[in-house]
Amino acid sequence: MGALTFRDVTLGYDRHPAVHHLSGDVASGALLAVVGPNGAGKSTLFRGIVGMLKPLSGSISLGGAKARDVAYLPQVADIDRSFPISVFDFVGMGLLHQTGLFGGIGAKERAQVEHALEAVGLTGFEARSIGTLSGGQMQRMLFARLTLQDARIIVLDEPFNAIDAKTSADLLELVRRWHGEGRTVLAALHDIDLVRNTFPDALLLAREPVAWGHTADVLTADNLATARRMCEAFDEYAAACAVDAPSSARAA
Amino acid sequence: MIYDILVGPFVEFEFMRRALAGVLTLALGGAPVGVFLMLRRMSLVGDAMAHAILPGAAVGFLLSGLNLIAMTVGGLIAGFAVAILAGLVARVTELKEDASLAAFYLFSLALGVTIVSIRGTNIDLLHVLFGNVLALDDQTLLAIAINATVTMVVLALIYRPLVMECVDPLFLRSVSRAGAPAHLAFLALVVINLVNGFHALGTLLAVGLMVLPAGIARFWARDISAMMVIAVLAAIVSGYAGLVLSFFTGVPPGPAIILVTALVYIASLFFGPVSGLLRQLFPAPHLEA
Repeated sequence: MGALTFRDVTLGYDRHPAVHHLSGDVASGALLAVVGPNGAGKSTLFRGIVGMLKPLSGSISLGGAKARDVAYLPQVADIDRSFPISVFDFVGMGLLHQTGLFGGIGAKERAQVEHALEAVGLTGFEARSIGTLSGGQMQRMLFARLTLQDARIIVLDEPFNAIDAKTSADLLELVRRWHGEGRTVLAALHDIDLVRNTFPDALLLAREPVAWGHTADVLTADNLATARRMCEAFDEYAAACAVDAPSSARAA
Repeated sequence: MIYDILVGPFVEFEFMRRALAGVLTLALGGAPVGVFLMLRRMSLVGDAMAHAILPGAAVGFLLSGLNLIAMTVGGLIAGFAVAILAGLVARVTELKEDASLAAFYLFSLALGVTIVSIRGTNIDLLHVLFGNVLALDDQTLLAIAINATVTMVVLALIYRPLVMECVDPLFLRSVSRAGAPAHLAFLALVVINLVNGFHALGTLLAVGLMVLPAGIARFWARDISAMMVIAVLAAIVSGYAGLVLSFFTGVPPGPAIILVTALVYIASLFFGPVSGLLRQLFPAPHLEA
């Protein structure tokens, strides 16, 4: 049984599908890149995985994991950066599953937070308020919080957008470490070279799944061209979908 | 001399001691709630809600005169009803929450004043609009104290999810279901403290000891715990000074308290170290790194 199973899942908004008839398994411990043009449904798929969006049809199974076993880094974070909270306290939110709503932050938890900050290179930033961080530091801080969530499945929506090379490299190292620890990691990415170099598996999405399997087989020039062509705009007057059979693209 | 001004009135008159106790208690509960109102950009919502409780309190007045418990219960019911209805209208229709709330509170204010004037005198009306902190009886003081206690206990309980809801609602939603209950509990605290303020300061100024101290604290602290402490202190000092001012000048106590709070606010606006105007006009030299 995979860490994640899609059963003919269609996700969308107002009946319009943004991810159309996706089926397949993500193996436990996989490091999977989700690739596709803007509007291909990558973010929608992730919102479906973390349970923020109900499928229009089909289902997504977490393979026995609970929703709290999934850590999610959204593409557009809804963070009030003017809120008076320190980096330490912010990262400490990642321990919520451990401390609960009322549990204290003791010496052990402090050490965990320090450790997570060290892993993303933010040691010394503990007392800074989050409003003073740069974009890259902000992303490092969010990764520190993800680390503390200690989740079996980690879903990263375009984690390296507008991030410089050094920061991306540092954070990518962290992703590799999560992979080494046996966690299942999914990441939506636009940098094809980065995917080829780092991610063993890839899913090419263009609303419909185009290809899914070993990265070298998926990211061919033909497939990429097909994906670009398929990503046309919403048809306001589209008829109800009559496809019953699941899509032909499946996990290799 | 100084003793006569600062301490004398409270030693001499019981109603001044009661008023002081009432104001101090109000400050303890209301100011921390006000800080969260400010951080959630809901200060004006608080003001609107203060007017929304009026018809409930007025119906209580209509049924049983200036009876505290009836007015409190009526105010709580009206406050929750308007909060829920305004949210519902905003969700179901195209009207946004602020416009919907404005419509409800204008209606409530007009309705409340009408109800009070049907049975009461102009003095009753003044009492409802501006409160009367000098006429707090035992029952009222006890009610204010209970409300403040409940506020502090509940705020301590929901503190973590409430802060997380303010900073990163998306994250809280992905790891816990505590966000919505915490938000509702917070709204309940807002209504409770408005009813509290209503007795002392009236419907028009009830929100004053919540919102103004929070604004003051913003100019002095960068950390939310420090902000709440400063807000409470600011509310206590202004409440006390307002009572003294009222005693010697004959200005009604509610407006006197809020005037003093507003003066502290203006002073903070100029001299506060966090983004105060003077600090902006004459910035300290920038650092090396």
